[in-house]
Amino acid sequence: MADTQRPLSPHLQIYKRQVQMMTSIVHRATGIALAVGSVLVVGGLLHLAAGEDSFNQFKSIIGSPVGMVLLFGWSWALFYHLCNGIRHLIQDAGAGYAIPQFVRSSWLSVAGSIVLTVLVWAYVLMAGGAA
Amino acid sequence: MAEFTLPKNSKIQPGKHYPAKGAKNPRTFRIYRWSPDDGQNPRIDTYEVDLAACGPMVLDALLKIKNEIDSTLTLRRSCREGICGSCAMNIDGTNTLACTRAISECASGDVKIYPLPHMQVVKDLVPDLTHFYAQFASIKPWLRTQSPAPDRERLQSPEERKKLDGLYECILCACCSTSCPSYWWNGDKYLGPAILLQAYRWIVDSRDEATGARLDDLEDPFKLYRCHTIMNCTRTCPKGLNPAKAIAEIKKLMVERRSA
Repeated sequence: MADTQRPLSPHLQIYKRQVQMMTSIVHRATGIALAVGSVLVVGGLLHLAAGEDSFNQFKSIIGSPVGMVLLFGWSWALFYHLCNGIRHLIQDAGAGYAIPQFVRSSWLSVAGSIVLTVLVWAYVLMAGGAA
Repeated sequence: MAEFTLPKNSKIQPGKHYPAKGAKNPRTFRIYRWSPDDGQNPRIDTYEVDLAACGPMVLDALLKIKNEIDSTLTLRRSCREGICGSCAMNIDGTNTLACTRAISECASGDVKIYPLPHMQVVKDLVPDLTHFYAQFASIKPWLRTQSPAPDRERLQSPEERKKLDGLYECILCACCSTSCPSYWWNGDKYLGPAILLQAYRWIVDSRDEATGARLDDLEDPFKLYRCHTIMNCTRTCPKGLNPAKAIAEIKKLMVERRSA
């Protein structure tokens, strides 16, 4: 055996971006984003407990353009993680393992999350005012 | 911990270009090269091949390059008909056998060829499969019995035999295992789709008498449960098998015996 150190063959860099792999990666990423987002919810509750002035301050931060974008992102992450989580639950029960089935269900998770996010934000914006 | 980038000695450098002079139907192949002898990093060499004078499969093109353009190109191959699994590699972004993948099936543009992903490279397109084979040996892939050997074969009904369909066809080419991100990050401890499909092949064999012991061996946070149903394995299997489904069936058996 040669004493040279063998290289590691490329992996993530060269593997084709197929929908089933991308939905899995995004599932991980949204899970992490949701964990961070839940800190925000706790922050909101702390401000609420600290009285009206404190909560108004929290509302102005969360109602700012940056806050709205973050909220929008988090709500999508929540719905994506939910839809894809249901897909994983069905797979854990042993169903949906044929290639056309899991390609379709992957796209369904993506589509479902977008539809749910749009519906919620349409309701929020029409009902007037966020947070 | 998952390492998403390549180590320093594995970063890919630009390589040489071999043009095809006077070719009627040229097609460009971009191929991963690494030699243990020159102390250099891996590189991508570009070969133009005249498809007018080449067989239809990617393996035909690779052998034409080796025979006529650059004899240093190193790859494994044997049966050239998809039964030995030697020529498993990453072609056009997914893992498959060079002998059963037609050049015409590859996406337009250059055909990119790499060794199986996230493996130690011995040379060029040859990965080190030592660990993969050791994992295969670890599941004891043979018939295990306690009952005394009968005078003849251990019999199986047609229905019992049918349970092995879709499992016995696995040729251990490692395409599925090396397509699996979980195997990339945890391949030292996670058995990966190919080995788990093989494990399931013995678990469902009606003649095998070690089913409980086999399940005991897999009851481990890493060996089995690093499968997160990403499904790259099933999507890439060149034999059309379904390792993800086999793993799901093992997980179901684990739950069933706990609740029984």
